[in-house]
Amino acid sequence: MNETASTPSVDYVQLFKDALFAAVIAFGLFSLMIGVKTDQALNNQMILVLRPGLLASIVGLVFAGRFLIGYWQATRIARVKVKKAPLSPAMAKLASYALPACIGFLFAYPVLVLLTVGPAGAIKWIDNFGIQILIYIMLGWGLNIVVGLAGLLDLGYVAFYAVGAYSYSLLATSMPIKAFMAEMIGPSFWGLWAFWILLPLSGILAAFWGVLLGFPVLRLRGDYLAIVTLAFGEIIRLVLINWVDFSGGYAGISSIPRPSFFGIPFNAADNGFSATFGLEFSPIYRTIFLFYLIFALALLTAAVSMRLRRLPVGRAWEALREDEIACRSLGINTVNTKLTAFSIGAMFGGFAGAFFAARQGFISPESFVFIESAQILAIVVLGGMGSLLGVVISSIILVGGVELLRELDFLKNVFGDGFDPAQYRMLIFGLCMVLMMLWKPRGLISQRDPTVFLKEKKSVSSDLVKEGHG
Amino acid sequence: MMRALNDPILKVENVTMRFGGLVAVNNLSFTAGRGDITALIGPNGAGKTTVFNCITGFYKPTIGRMALRHGTIDFAAHIETVTDGDSESLKTPDGTLFLLERMADFEISARAHVARTFQNIRLFSGMTVLENLMVAQHNPLMVASNWTIGGLIGLPGFRKRENAALETAKYWLNMVKLTDRADDPAGELPYGDQRRLEIARAMCTDPVLLCLDEPAAGLNPKESLELNTLLRAIRDDHGTSLLLIEHDMSVVMQISDHVVVLDYGTKISDGTPEHIKTDPKVIAAYLGVEDDAVDDVEAEVGL
Repeated sequence: MNETASTPSVDYVQLFKDALFAAVIAFGLFSLMIGVKTDQALNNQMILVLRPGLLASIVGLVFAGRFLIGYWQATRIARVKVKKAPLSPAMAKLASYALPACIGFLFAYPVLVLLTVGPAGAIKWIDNFGIQILIYIMLGWGLNIVVGLAGLLDLGYVAFYAVGAYSYSLLATSMPIKAFMAEMIGPSFWGLWAFWILLPLSGILAAFWGVLLGFPVLRLRGDYLAIVTLAFGEIIRLVLINWVDFSGGYAGISSIPRPSFFGIPFNAADNGFSATFGLEFSPIYRTIFLFYLIFALALLTAAVSMRLRRLPVGRAWEALREDEIACRSLGINTVNTKLTAFSIGAMFGGFAGAFFAARQGFISPESFVFIESAQILAIVVLGGMGSLLGVVISSIILVGGVELLRELDFLKNVFGDGFDPAQYRMLIFGLCMVLMMLWKPRGLISQRDPTVFLKEKKSVSSDLVKEGHG
Repeated sequence: MMRALNDPILKVENVTMRFGGLVAVNNLSFTAGRGDITALIGPNGAGKTTVFNCITGFYKPTIGRMALRHGTIDFAAHIETVTDGDSESLKTPDGTLFLLERMADFEISARAHVARTFQNIRLFSGMTVLENLMVAQHNPLMVASNWTIGGLIGLPGFRKRENAALETAKYWLNMVKLTDRADDPAGELPYGDQRRLEIARAMCTDPVLLCLDEPAAGLNPKESLELNTLLRAIRDDHGTSLLLIEHDMSVVMQISDHVVVLDYGTKISDGTPEHIKTDPKVIAAYLGVEDDAVDDVEAEVGL
């Protein structure tokens, strides 16, 4: 508990001046960006639409925000800082149920949605929200191995996502393989089983790519590693765009086979899923199946990641993050250790990519831009490095929250009919990040659980845990 | 009780370390005996930590040879053959000879079993005391987990080996009197405890040569005495040879068998503690000499 000393003397004049200064800068910056909007008139001429109301409200927001932040900081200096009391045993026990509770909620989510909105509205909620959030949770858990456990700053994780997606798509839609399978086994075999056969293969190919990428890159550390991984992410995207013969370029790859229910297709035919199980045909069955599929894949990522943490390799990853030179002095080959982190993280990215391609039915290089890498990294960092629960929470907030913006029609009443909340998602995203960095700089979950203990498991506060220098 | 002459474990020969124009270590040669506590002393800036960094592979010496042996393999008989060839080591039924200047830092720890501690403590502060000791046993545990695959699918061999590793960790916790703090984060330990933890962690790698960089720095006299007992126990019970850098003369004089004195990168004295206590060159290096004698001393030392 923080105790407050006697009421501090707050210099309101200074606060007002600071807020005014910030508002003036905001006005200068936003007067053209927000205050004036370009539009097409009916005769296809460009006209300028002035939006003084919006500009005024944004400048007002900046003024108020700066004032409040200044006030908070001024009173914080006067506050006596007492070390926060550790969680009481009851709270700690409750906290240990948080992760299983989240997983239980995710497991029951489709059922809850069906009960609340019925089958018609459910597809949107399960697909755009549930499946999308789970894909990012899986990617977050995969990147957590690289960034959270091993402390390697990887800004190009989307590269492995792309490798997984494209390797599944190219192999699944490849004519020679289709012909071969039709000849060897049967005409419908490949269409039904392509996903299940190629899913592990995509992961292995992505892991292999991780090793290939890792070899030259892992000699670098810290910021240099970050930039080089970012560059690799971009290289892969550019190769996919430009090598049209291989990847189809911007047109992408379409008609990607969807996953079947272990050999039973999800269509209205007589041998389809609905007919086999005596149900009326509805597209929702495939959506629900896809949900549970990504749920299982994400759980696999978490389980493997938790298991690896307890094995010597996982401990070596965390030691690497703490102090690389000490690791080398203990006989640990740090290059190999970094490579394993990189490639295992890549493998899970590959699985997620293959799932993504199968769910969409169509992929293009547009889906694999840098901002995706940044978003996944934001999820991991916001969640708290190395924490599985943190990734779940920050995923739900960042991905779910942004999707939720599209639903918030009541905001139209506040800001006017032309207001589309989804357009402001980047602004809100940035704001959330800033707030998080002010409130909890080490992430939502700011503790680390040891993997082995003699008498009792004591959490290590994040003040002691290093961030890793790559 | 200097075994360096009869039973050497480490032979450092003509090691020179140059950083551009600066000569940090100048033509240093000495021998450390098996089971000896060898102390490397000298004023600040004499190059002692540089020597350590060369021996443990963090620097590659500009010139020189550092040979370490396991077992009773004959130094004289084999050392030239290995030096002329390309390999880093030679294994015979009598033992193995390692040329440390050709090995990478982690290989020197993993294969040649040379462990070290650091002048500014390098612990894994975000991990608990016990975890620090478990990380030290990484290599045998990796083998036992079949390079993770066996551990992942739950083969029994790994569990057994992990329990054995826990026992080793518990033993060393007991030796350094940190059993009560086994589950505390290493970063929360007081300074003296952190120093001892680092020594325990180094010993968990089962070394034949333990290099300690200023183990008594920042310790009060009582803690220094306890450190002496610990170091003697390490040498007596485990047969580990120790190489110390130390400024605390109570530690050096009371426990070392062999002392090597450096000044400005050059060896100025080499012998038993009694010998170097009275050596005028050592006194000159630490305390200085009369003005008119400076030139003579410098010429003798070779500056």
